[in-house]
Amino acid sequence: MTSQVSADQAVTYTADEMMTVSAARALRDGMTCFVGIGLPSSAANLARATHAPSLVLIYESGTIGAKPAQLPLSIGDGMLAETADAVVSVPEIFNYWLQPGRIDVGFLGAAQIDKFGNINTTAIGGDYRNPKVRLPGAGGAPEIAASCREVIVVVRQSHRSFVERVDFVTSVGYGSGPGDRERLGLTGAGPKKIITDLGVLEPDPETLEFTLTGLYPGVSASVAKERTGWDLAIAAEPEIIAVPAPAELDALRRFQGMRARSHQ
Amino acid sequence: MAEIVSLAEAVERAIHDGDTVAMEGFTHLIPFAAGHEVIRQRRRDLTLIRMTPDLIYDQLIGAGCARKLIFSWGGNPGVGSLHRFRDAVEHSWPVPLEIEEHSHAGMANRYVAGASGLPFAVLRGYNGTDLYRPETLNGGHGPVPVMEGPTIKPITCPFTGETLTAVSAIRPDVAVIHAQRADRSGNVQLWGITGVQKEAVLASARSVVTVEEIVDELDPRPGAVVLPGWTVSFVARAPDGAHPSYALGYSVRDNDYYVAWDAIARERDTFTRWLDEQVYGVPAGRL
Repeated sequence: MTSQVSADQAVTYTADEMMTVSAARALRDGMTCFVGIGLPSSAANLARATHAPSLVLIYESGTIGAKPAQLPLSIGDGMLAETADAVVSVPEIFNYWLQPGRIDVGFLGAAQIDKFGNINTTAIGGDYRNPKVRLPGAGGAPEIAASCREVIVVVRQSHRSFVERVDFVTSVGYGSGPGDRERLGLTGAGPKKIITDLGVLEPDPETLEFTLTGLYPGVSASVAKERTGWDLAIAAEPEIIAVPAPAELDALRRFQGMRARSHQ
Repeated sequence: MAEIVSLAEAVERAIHDGDTVAMEGFTHLIPFAAGHEVIRQRRRDLTLIRMTPDLIYDQLIGAGCARKLIFSWGGNPGVGSLHRFRDAVEHSWPVPLEIEEHSHAGMANRYVAGASGLPFAVLRGYNGTDLYRPETLNGGHGPVPVMEGPTIKPITCPFTGETLTAVSAIRPDVAVIHAQRADRSGNVQLWGITGVQKEAVLASARSVVTVEEIVDELDPRPGAVVLPGWTVSFVARAPDGAHPSYALGYSVRDNDYYVAWDAIARERDTFTRWLDEQVYGVPAGRL
């Protein structure tokens, strides 16, 4: 998404920047955060560089308390190990650290997500043996979604990716609705927010169906509805989310500039 | 006791057509030089196991070495798809590829079971996912067979009565890893992100370890994993043998290469040219 959005005269930013800033704001200082690569990693690092300097970043490569000076491309870049408080093996990160519910928030991306926050990163279309699109697969996500105290999903919103029911449940949100997480023995509370390039969705307290509760300045609820594959419910008065502050944008662009340079 | 040999000899003696081979290294210390030697020696019908297939298995799959892939995340980290892997799954090119997929936690525990001499491991996981259920609905399009000969089953805790998940052990014929150093007795030392390599070696019948250097003495390193020489079959010197992955203390991850791989692997032609120039056209690793 490269289109420039100018909600007021002072600040110009892209929809992706707004999404990343919005996701960063969802993290509180001092939290422990299990970080997926891509958009979640950008947002978590932005949070640590701005309002949450004591945020503990945990990557599935076994790096606990990583403090990268620039955005890593992979979950195993050397600077994650060199700056970590502890580096543990892969069996250990999943068995001792993630599984018991020690980690506050899991930060995930998605290729396809449904109204109950179930995530598909496995395959789309056709059938499993002959998919139309083969995606990377599960990685650490199923257990992050199951065992972190709560989950935040960061994903660009489109009619194709926001579907009534995912083609394949790679990671469980609320299953088919209320009671499913308990029935399945999933110890974490599940997805609390889906943060998109249009706004923020949160589960309805009764039905657990994801509902639009926040919009970025200049984005209309009807656009959000158009870009959703289920009949998206809109909160009575969706919050209008504040535009990125100059400090947030500066920090984000500094990170991204560093990564772009390191790839030249 | 480990034999210190050339990389070509290690691959010749340890890896045979039809073997089950685990080349591990979680982003860090991926044994690319050994993978290229397997391609050069034109091994076929391998069952390849690896948590993150990464570029190394994209290359082996595209070169036609694999019959089956057991994995948990098959992407180019931070970049996108593994195009050779996708071409094999979506279009059976160059040969059909059977897949068996898990989550990272499941794969890690399967290695732990293999290393522990147990038939399975137990974890909280998979419940409610389509990875678990042998059949499920695919967006209403019909049943999706996920596992042939399931490797994931529910198990009841004998103490609490809770339902947990059992995953079957992985016991490869051969593990292949890259490490920073070995000594002249074949004791191997690796540090930084150590992934699941210790478990992979201990779960396997044979092992090949490539190293940046062979030294007289292994002085201690913080957080290092040491594999005593008697747990390793072959050690081969392969400086920069993890490139474009890296060996902490010796090299940095070549992120540009990972980005550039996307265009090389996207088309069969460019990939085949890459194979000819960068693998078949390069002499085998010798001591």
